[in-house]
Amino acid sequence: MSDLLFTNVRLIDPASGLDQPGELSTQGGLIADFGPSLGRPDVPTLDGDGAILCPGLVDMRAALGEPGYEYRETIASAAAAAASSGITTIAALPDSLPAMDDPALVRLLRARGEETGSLSILPYGAVTRGCHGKEMAEIGLLREAGAVAFTDGRRAVGDARLMRLALSYARGFGARIVQHPEDPALADGGAATEGELATRLGLPGIPAAAEAILVARDIRLAQLTGGALHFAHVSTAEALALIRRAKQDGIDVTCDTAPPYFDLNETAIGDFRTYAKLSPPLRPEADRVAVCAALADGIIDAIASDHQPRDTDDKRLPFALASPGGAGLATLLGVTLAQVHGNGLPLLRALDLLTARPARVLGIEAGRLAKGLPADLCLFDLERIWKVEAGLLPGKAPNTPFDGRALEGRVVGTWKAGRRVFG
Amino acid sequence: MRYPHRHLLAIEGLHPPEIAGLLDLAESYVLLNRSGKTQRDLLRGRTLINLFYEDSTRTRTSFELAGKRLGADVINMSVSTSSVNKGETLLDTATTLNAMRCDLLVVRHDQSGAPNLLAQKVSSAVINAGDGTHEHPTQALLDALTLRRRRGTLEGLLVAICGDVLHSRVARSNIHLLGTMGCRVRVVGPPTLIPAAAAALGVEVFHDMQAGLQGVDVIMMLRLQRERMARSLVPSAREYFRFFGLDAAKLASAKPDVLVMHPGPMNRGVEIDSAVADDPMHSVIGEQVEMGVAVRMAVLDVLSQSGLRNV
Repeated sequence: MSDLLFTNVRLIDPASGLDQPGELSTQGGLIADFGPSLGRPDVPTLDGDGAILCPGLVDMRAALGEPGYEYRETIASAAAAAASSGITTIAALPDSLPAMDDPALVRLLRARGEETGSLSILPYGAVTRGCHGKEMAEIGLLREAGAVAFTDGRRAVGDARLMRLALSYARGFGARIVQHPEDPALADGGAATEGELATRLGLPGIPAAAEAILVARDIRLAQLTGGALHFAHVSTAEALALIRRAKQDGIDVTCDTAPPYFDLNETAIGDFRTYAKLSPPLRPEADRVAVCAALADGIIDAIASDHQPRDTDDKRLPFALASPGGAGLATLLGVTLAQVHGNGLPLLRALDLLTARPARVLGIEAGRLAKGLPADLCLFDLERIWKVEAGLLPGKAPNTPFDGRALEGRVVGTWKAGRRVFG
Repeated sequence: MRYPHRHLLAIEGLHPPEIAGLLDLAESYVLLNRSGKTQRDLLRGRTLINLFYEDSTRTRTSFELAGKRLGADVINMSVSTSSVNKGETLLDTATTLNAMRCDLLVVRHDQSGAPNLLAQKVSSAVINAGDGTHEHPTQALLDALTLRRRRGTLEGLLVAICGDVLHSRVARSNIHLLGTMGCRVRVVGPPTLIPAAAAALGVEVFHDMQAGLQGVDVIMMLRLQRERMARSLVPSAREYFRFFGLDAAKLASAKPDVLVMHPGPMNRGVEIDSAVADDPMHSVIGEQVEMGVAVRMAVLDVLSQSGLRNV
């Protein structure tokens, strides 16, 4: 990899609060230096034309398709989609086929990430064997093999005793448990948020309380065990209020949300649009507004893509039978920036939610600009306009819930360990 | 009349003149049917396919008769005989039907929105004959026709829809239609069988049947399926009948000339007492079936004017 000098860029490092015009140089794949003016005419330069240079994004929740669902996405196609959005690190969900419940699989997936050359893949370990929610997986061995945290992916750990034990046991290995916060019995068979729209469409509903109930239970279990707990894709005002209170009480709880929950509301499923069928389901407008507010005030720790690739056969079915999930990698930055352009979210805070803060939740060294760290970088034009078109996005998965959405802000280039991998 | 839609997928979204126009046309078919004549030239050479993914005797037969009285070639495809049992997807079926140059496609499916999905893919006019718990538009039209003929107008009628509203496509279509045409609508049932958002649909909610039936002009009973008991939505059939079954005592709360309707098939002794179901003073259940054929003829008529693609 050749050394490089970025000139004429707006340097942003959310972790340190840096936001200033300047230059950044790389050497041997690492960040060598950055500042207002480096004066290094000896290396090749790249004129950023005023674009923003920030740490490569850290996406703490994505399904990659491999192993087991290669028809939906492969590691190679996911890596291409990630690079197009400036993502250089991904925490990969474990509910693959087979599930990430064996240390050898965790090592394999990490190695497969390294092979891409563009993306660090940090596998989640399964909380329970096969992600079936019955017996605890080998959390210690999985952790030793490199599992970044533990979750059963799209499935909630529904059994309270098992959740208690997992929180308690994982604490001994310094590992966080990531929960899909949805009470399984209340959500069973549901296809949309319970309410007027679901009633009109005749779709089986999932009450918003299904999220709040599991969040309340697990906060109490985290308090009981002293374990580290994270709630994924939080989508309701009620759950956010519970998490806010738990944080004030000093309980070790963090949470993320995903772009659909602050950019769309339930009306996106109108006329049975299955690309907008997600898990958890899209919510009423009041919940979307609450998610936006929680992004702004810091209760939400991270924005994750929640990438769930599906092919057209998974989706071209009657609504209740269609597989839930949306493609999210290629739109992660763009839809987040819509909050900056249209809703007053400070740019530094938005980028913090995509870089340093998820890295901190996961306890990894990534998502910030510092001398000597790998040069994982994202260069993007804050104003460039583009339109999301299902089927034309990078990656294999066409199932974006944002089809037709005009976005402002697009990645110009992505670098992984100093090597250009996009643009 | 003007019916500016290609399909009939739902009542929700139809405007009062469109509904009134369909009822007027259906009225003329009631007279035609009673005269013993047919109008076999209207749909001559057209193909109507009844695609039924759920068992149905009444609705399928009614569409078949309607199609035949208008001269269409009618084909019945049901789950047990078609390739859906072999794993063919809905959209593959749509492709097949397109290749057969079907003009009018009548669909019943156990999934809400299935006809909408088909309508995106087929070149024929699609008629929803009941989809999951979403809508059953021709049932609501035939109920409205029955009422309008009996009462002269729908405007101002007080109607109670009773029973398993949560799972009822008939209830949804009727709520939309009756509300659009100026009726006041109540829904009556145990809280576990009433949608949480029922009030948002513009209806009054009652959990006490006697209170809910107080002063109503019309009672629409809904079928209670046995599986609701298995899923603990109601504890038992006898408890349901005690509190929500329509018997003479509960009927007494309504207006003296109340009309009793049921979309069929009835569970006698579960949601309705035989004495009420068979009472000619109140029950118009038999008349509903007759109106069903006329309404479906009207629907086939307007969709063949606006929707035929294979001419």
